[in-house]
Amino acid sequence: MSEAQSSGAPSAAQATIQRRQPRRATTIWSLLAPLLGALAGLLVGAFLIWLSGANPITAYGVMVSGAFGGTRQITETLLLIGPLLLMGLGLTVAFRGRVWNIGGEGQYYMGALAGTVVGLFFQQRLPGLALIPLMLIAGMAGGALWAGIAALLKIRFGVNEIIATLMLNYIAEYTVLYLARVPLKDPTSFLPQSAQLLSPARMPTLVGTRIHLGIALAFLLIPLIYLLLWKTPLGFRIRAIGANTTVAYHAGMNVAFGLAFALLFSGALAGLTGIIEVSALHTRLKAGISGNYGFTGILVALLGRLHPLGVLVAACFFAALAIGAQTMHSVYGLPIALAQVIQGLVVLFVLAADALARRYGK
Amino acid sequence: MIPTNASTPPVVELRNIVKHFHGGVLANDQITIQLQRGEILGLLGENGAGKTTLMNILYGLLQPDAGEIFVRGQRSHFRSTHDAIAHGLGMVHQHFMLVPTFTVAENLVLGQPSPRKPFLENRKTVARRISQLSEQYGLQVDPNAEVWQLSVGQEQRVEILKTLYRGAEILILDEPTAVLTPQEVDELITILRKLAQDGRSLIFISHKLHEVMQICDRVAVLRDGRLVHTTPVQATNPAELSRMMVGRDVVLRVNKGPAKPGAVRLRLQNLQVRDDRQLLALRDVSLAVHAGEIVGIAGVEGNGQRELEEAIVGLRPVEQGQVQLNQQDVTNRPPRVLFNAGLGHVPSDRYKTALLREFSIAENLVLSRIDQPPFTQHGLLNQPAIDQNARTLIQQFDIRAPAIDTAVAKLSGGNAQKVVLARELSHQPQVLLVAQPTRGVDVGAIEYVHQALVRQRDQGMAILLISTELEEILNLSDRIIVLYEGQVMGECLASEADVQTLGLMMAGSKLATIANQQGGATK
Repeated sequence: MSEAQSSGAPSAAQATIQRRQPRRATTIWSLLAPLLGALAGLLVGAFLIWLSGANPITAYGVMVSGAFGGTRQITETLLLIGPLLLMGLGLTVAFRGRVWNIGGEGQYYMGALAGTVVGLFFQQRLPGLALIPLMLIAGMAGGALWAGIAALLKIRFGVNEIIATLMLNYIAEYTVLYLARVPLKDPTSFLPQSAQLLSPARMPTLVGTRIHLGIALAFLLIPLIYLLLWKTPLGFRIRAIGANTTVAYHAGMNVAFGLAFALLFSGALAGLTGIIEVSALHTRLKAGISGNYGFTGILVALLGRLHPLGVLVAACFFAALAIGAQTMHSVYGLPIALAQVIQGLVVLFVLAADALARRYGK
Repeated sequence: MIPTNASTPPVVELRNIVKHFHGGVLANDQITIQLQRGEILGLLGENGAGKTTLMNILYGLLQPDAGEIFVRGQRSHFRSTHDAIAHGLGMVHQHFMLVPTFTVAENLVLGQPSPRKPFLENRKTVARRISQLSEQYGLQVDPNAEVWQLSVGQEQRVEILKTLYRGAEILILDEPTAVLTPQEVDELITILRKLAQDGRSLIFISHKLHEVMQICDRVAVLRDGRLVHTTPVQATNPAELSRMMVGRDVVLRVNKGPAKPGAVRLRLQNLQVRDDRQLLALRDVSLAVHAGEIVGIAGVEGNGQRELEEAIVGLRPVEQGQVQLNQQDVTNRPPRVLFNAGLGHVPSDRYKTALLREFSIAENLVLSRIDQPPFTQHGLLNQPAIDQNARTLIQQFDIRAPAIDTAVAKLSGGNAQKVVLARELSHQPQVLLVAQPTRGVDVGAIEYVHQALVRQRDQGMAILLISTELEEILNLSDRIIVLYEGQVMGECLASEADVQTLGLMMAGSKLATIANQQGGATK
């Protein structure tokens, strides 16, 4: 094709220039490979289940029905998809700019703290319609500010954001736990936890279910993140900075701003996740309010190939796997350790298959 | 010297090699080439002609779609470079494959099985073998020096040593002279001759005609993936080779009228700049570029050109002195300010500073103006405008690409350079800094780039040209300034330039001194 072009006159060659190149069949492989990986992981898991004296087929049957078997199960899975999706989407923006935010946990805690404080302070005075948005904004601000410390360190002093965000996780977690146990402690309870959020400060739910506004927000963000990354000049700049910082700087882009935005934005979404989870499920600050979403979110973002739709698929996959594994333990009586091992195996095999597909799929 | 006998099979024979790439590019089309023992075969062709593809197939980096490889008469199939190395092949890549923090000796034993596993080979034994090879072929290099300390020329010697150390009988050199100074080129030629005399066979990839004529015994010319011609160098001449390479005569002389210089657009005053090792790279450099003229900076590579370029475009701090654009002091200001002050830049290293490899041609063409109308409207990217801009520039600058959303990484050097040139000129800058504009660019595109620059000059642009190709400087410039060890050696009008004097200046003599000596000699 190009031979014909180059032999003709330049103008004739240019006339055949197309808008889009045809997509290649290799994309099929890149979709198929993770599925095959998951299958391989489950096979190895089946062997382990068999070794422990149980029936793998029954166990997996329980796993599937545990994640999708009924309204209650699907609700549970959705409740887990929400936070994973929010985290993964925020990190997608950061990672597109090659800002390695490993501090989702800390930003989650800080978002939860900021939102809860606002909730506790105003829940007697404001109606839910005004209070919930206020809490969400406070949550995002909390997460963004916490990420902002790492952004400042990176831009001002060149401190590697991986180290800064990771270390800030510990500081955030224990600061929040201290505040929950001492100044914010629930005076009516002996437990080391904060006072409880009352109904105006709780996430509204779909009538008769536990499905809450936060999950809807997470799904709403999928197209918005796509829009941000591929349809706005800011998203273009972030992707350009991620592709090659020197080229972006040389082209006149404000690299410091781009890096800071990417980091603060992912922090804001982590903080949003934090306050949504507390307001919808935990209702107060205490130990164990984070489900490790800051770290699982990294896997969700990467496995989702840093694309909002991919992130959605990855979030569903992780959520179903986790809920299913939990059910294998609670219903079928498989040891919790084994259930978690199977979960880990599947993730590992999917990641490996994905890597292989990328390497040989081209 | 071992006589080449027609009855013995060739050391290497490639038969009917075919290689397709995605997107329908036929990189190699039925290529048949033989390499005799003890000969240097030149592989000549423009960028994108298929030279590197062919050699990557021979070296086991790529698999051919069709065709056969014979080594010493044996049909061979290289599944990887390991197979190729085991058959006595060695390749010196354009970009060196050395570990900078390892010593020369460590780099040589890297990936080699050690005779006393699990320990590394004895240092002294290794050093002795290196010294032996060094002396035999004149490849002087200290085995205990760490690679990062070496000059580019020395690094290349290490690469050659590495192939010899692994017992290579057949050496492939991919554009080995591109990074060398003229002196280093001469040394390399001597080394290559010795290797050939010793019975080793060499393939020398290049697009420089005179080097191929000087170094090779035979030359094979590739064009558009096909083998056009194979001939002994005695039976041909540069003009014929260049015709075969491009399919037409290339005008290396640029047609241009006299310059009509206007006001000063770019002024450097007493510039002092340090290099990456914190050594002074520019000392007290002052110059001015007027509207409507091309000022050429001549000099051997590594005499401060890169630092000069980076200091002007704001990528390297200026320690002392001033950079002025249109009488405005822009010293140490970020690129955005320089862009707004009317500076355009075609850098020496496209992929490090100017192009995003994974981004499309269309996106690269609007990189600096993505947030301005019409490319952004109401806060959102305006894809039709971005595409239209790309179509216009692709046509205007004759960029050869399958589609406007093709990733820039897939373009040949010449077309990638046209993308940079198109973007920078589309901003209509008043001052254009152009560094090594035709490095890694094929002959056809060189002509295009040169004529584009002259056209811009005639329309009143002030152009500062940094190039290590003296011919390019002589052809394009109106005034020539010679840089040596970061200092200006002198300045002359291109029309009065004398290659002898320029050569002396490039070797470190000041113009004033040369004039005095010549004056003294005539008296």
